[in-house]
Amino acid sequence: MLQIETWKRVLIWALVAAGLVLAAPNLFYSRVETHNDAVSAIEKSGATPEREAAAAQWPSWLPSDLVNLGLDLRGGAHLLAEVKVADVYTSRMEALWPDVRDILRDARDEVGTVRLQPSEPGTLRVRISNPEGMARALELVRGLAQPVVSLTGAGATDLQVAGEGSDIVVTFSEAEKQATDERTMRQSLEIIRRRIDEVGTREPTIQRQGADRILIQVPGIGSAAELKDIIGTTAQLTFQPVVSRTTNPNESAGVGNEILPSLTEEGVYYVLEQAPVVTGEELVDAQPSFDQNGRPAVNFRFNPAGARKFGDYTAENIGSPFAIVLDDEVISAPVIQSHIPGGSGIITGNFSVEESTNLAVLLRAGALPAGLEFLEERTIGPELGQDSIEAGKLATGVAFTAVLVFMFLSYGLFGIFANIALILNIALIMGILSMIGATLTLPGIAGIVLTVGMAVDANVLIFERIREELKSARGPARAIELGYEKALSAIVDANITTFITAVILYAIGSGPVRGFAITLGLGIVTSVFTAIWVTRLLLVMWFERRRPRTLEI
Amino acid sequence: MRHLRLVKDGTSFDFFKHWKLWLGISGFMILLAMTSFGLRGLNYGIDFRGGTTIRTESAQPVDVGAYRDAIGALELGDSTISEVFDPTFGPEQNVAMVRIQAQDDQEAVSAETVAAVEAALQGVAPDIKFVSVESVGPKVSGELIQTAFLAVGLAIGAVLIYIWLRFEWQFALGAVLALVHDVLLTIGVFSEVGIKFDLAIIAALLTIVGYSLNDTVVVFDRVRENLIKYKKRPLKEVLNLSINETLSRTIMTSLTTLLALFALFALGGDVIRGFVFAMIWGVFVGTYSSIFVASAILLWLGVKRDWSKPDAAAEAKAAGTSV
Repeated sequence: MLQIETWKRVLIWALVAAGLVLAAPNLFYSRVETHNDAVSAIEKSGATPEREAAAAQWPSWLPSDLVNLGLDLRGGAHLLAEVKVADVYTSRMEALWPDVRDILRDARDEVGTVRLQPSEPGTLRVRISNPEGMARALELVRGLAQPVVSLTGAGATDLQVAGEGSDIVVTFSEAEKQATDERTMRQSLEIIRRRIDEVGTREPTIQRQGADRILIQVPGIGSAAELKDIIGTTAQLTFQPVVSRTTNPNESAGVGNEILPSLTEEGVYYVLEQAPVVTGEELVDAQPSFDQNGRPAVNFRFNPAGARKFGDYTAENIGSPFAIVLDDEVISAPVIQSHIPGGSGIITGNFSVEESTNLAVLLRAGALPAGLEFLEERTIGPELGQDSIEAGKLATGVAFTAVLVFMFLSYGLFGIFANIALILNIALIMGILSMIGATLTLPGIAGIVLTVGMAVDANVLIFERIREELKSARGPARAIELGYEKALSAIVDANITTFITAVILYAIGSGPVRGFAITLGLGIVTSVFTAIWVTRLLLVMWFERRRPRTLEI
Repeated sequence: MRHLRLVKDGTSFDFFKHWKLWLGISGFMILLAMTSFGLRGLNYGIDFRGGTTIRTESAQPVDVGAYRDAIGALELGDSTISEVFDPTFGPEQNVAMVRIQAQDDQEAVSAETVAAVEAALQGVAPDIKFVSVESVGPKVSGELIQTAFLAVGLAIGAVLIYIWLRFEWQFALGAVLALVHDVLLTIGVFSEVGIKFDLAIIAALLTIVGYSLNDTVVVFDRVRENLIKYKKRPLKEVLNLSINETLSRTIMTSLTTLLALFALFALGGDVIRGFVFAMIWGVFVGTYSSIFVASAILLWLGVKRDWSKPDAAAEAKAAGTSV
């Protein structure tokens, strides 16, 4: 009657053992964390005696995956950024103008003269003086279009060219916009990831959300503002010829020129030629260093194309100043002393060591293709996280003890079986959380506490049912069997419906809510397993040994 | 050893003597809750209406008036300052929450605004620490509130379908009306007490939905079983019997869950207190609604009594041999 096949027993104990082993590292959290950090440091940059010693703190044959602590527990910063993908259209349209100009200029006899018109962002508006040549002009400009490089946009071209009176209006096609947006997002993600990795923090989360958003979570960082400084600076580096130096910010700069403030000298402005000689995109390396006077500076090196342009320019303009411009501010404007042929140079300014290091990081990582707008930012201090962990531990401990005592008082020996299952249940949740690398948040702890309360529900259902079946004066073995059998449909229905809500929470929620959904959902799965299989196995083992005539429940 | 028995064996409370009255009371409570919601509205956190909250900590006692004056001078529009009390705080731990409304035509949150507020507060309490700073722009908060309602709606919809498939449509309707009852009463309590309503509360609402449902399903499962067992007894008696039979389990589970939740409420810190409060409330209304809303509606709508219809011959045989 009351039988569980041997292979099932082995499987149940194997699953429980696996859960316990996976959960074990969390009991020695800081020790295992030191071990993990040391192991990754050795992998990255070689072994040192200290690292070896740190790595030896935890045996390498044991699992070393830990539950990640969420920002609300560890402290750190959270940012939700929107990438302004449309920025890219504008800069690409600007780059298209010289091509359009050249191709129409070659057909001057038919279309007349060509002039650039002021146009809204992302479009190019060109006026021709001879509207009769419009058909020819459109044909020529359309010839510039390229096929769209993407799976969905196959067969489409990137430009839409239309005539409006004597104006030619060029915009990007929808397919091209989509393909561009996709590229912009990938590039932004990659650059943000590289910048954060350069700073070397632990387990950052950098995820794309929806069409044009990026979620960034970095544990252990001081504030969201600090994080924004690392990723938000676009680091557009250009080298531009200097026209003049002024103190009047409203001075008219002249066609093709712009006026930019100096970073270091207050009230000083430079008039610069808009077209840069070289840009940061042609940099291959940048390192923090010191100049000949021992002040912090940044060394940089160009790729061959950049090096040639830079070399030619310096050769032709010895004695005149040129400006090093970072994000529309002039860092410095040295006078070219001699021809610089090697393609490397040094940027000096009034940097601190930290600033020069950051600048080097930013230059190395490259420029973000589009601007970022921050929609959400959260900073949680490490003290608050520590308080929350302490409070969570205490509350979970008390909740746990209260439930254990209550179950024992209500069901005696059976209560002890349920309690063992409950303890294993928590171990299994922690083990699975560690294995899948999930993140434990404060609501997640609440989810576990709730699971503690609700996990006993399945056992309560079974025990109450056994009590009822005992009343119908069947033998104890039959009563236990019927109790499990008849309680099953209620247990299954009740847990599936709760599981449905957990899944919806996970799918729709974000951040802490998601953490709650994970522990709740996992808790349901493990509690059904421990309640149905583990307590049953314990009961059967006890029953086989004692063969009681009556049950005390 | 005598075990603790909270509910005596073989109870026979008549839960449905005044079932119309109970339904009326539930309806009235919903009306009250919605009136409170209409009049007072919810105390939305920044998740749902945008803005910035700063949590401060200082060894000196919090002087709300001085804080208010310092921030008022910055002219940032509507701002609230409240002191936070919690038994888990140490003696040198004086905590306050400062909330500043979303600034006009600013999607992104300005670091300067936060820095200005922090500087102003440092003027009042030099040792002040800013243990958490959170800002949500109006664009995101609008979306968050939409997805929150969507989540609750979807959860209730999914449950409706599941119970319909597993039981009958009357059961599904009863369960879902009980859920709506629970959610609306919870919203009513939040608007009346003025506890901050944020994303975590939505999670709590969905858990209440899950818990209440758990309870209702256990009762319904027994109702279904008894309907098959007692084909001729009036529905009212079958419902009463089912609820009495499951009463012991209902009380046990509510109590264990409440034990855990009260521990969290008292010791879990103030950050999740609102969340835990919602769940404690949910356990009470959820347990109440499984009996006095879900089952009462079942009684009202009536159910199919003949659960063996597809096989008429077997039914006749069973009727002949059992009873």
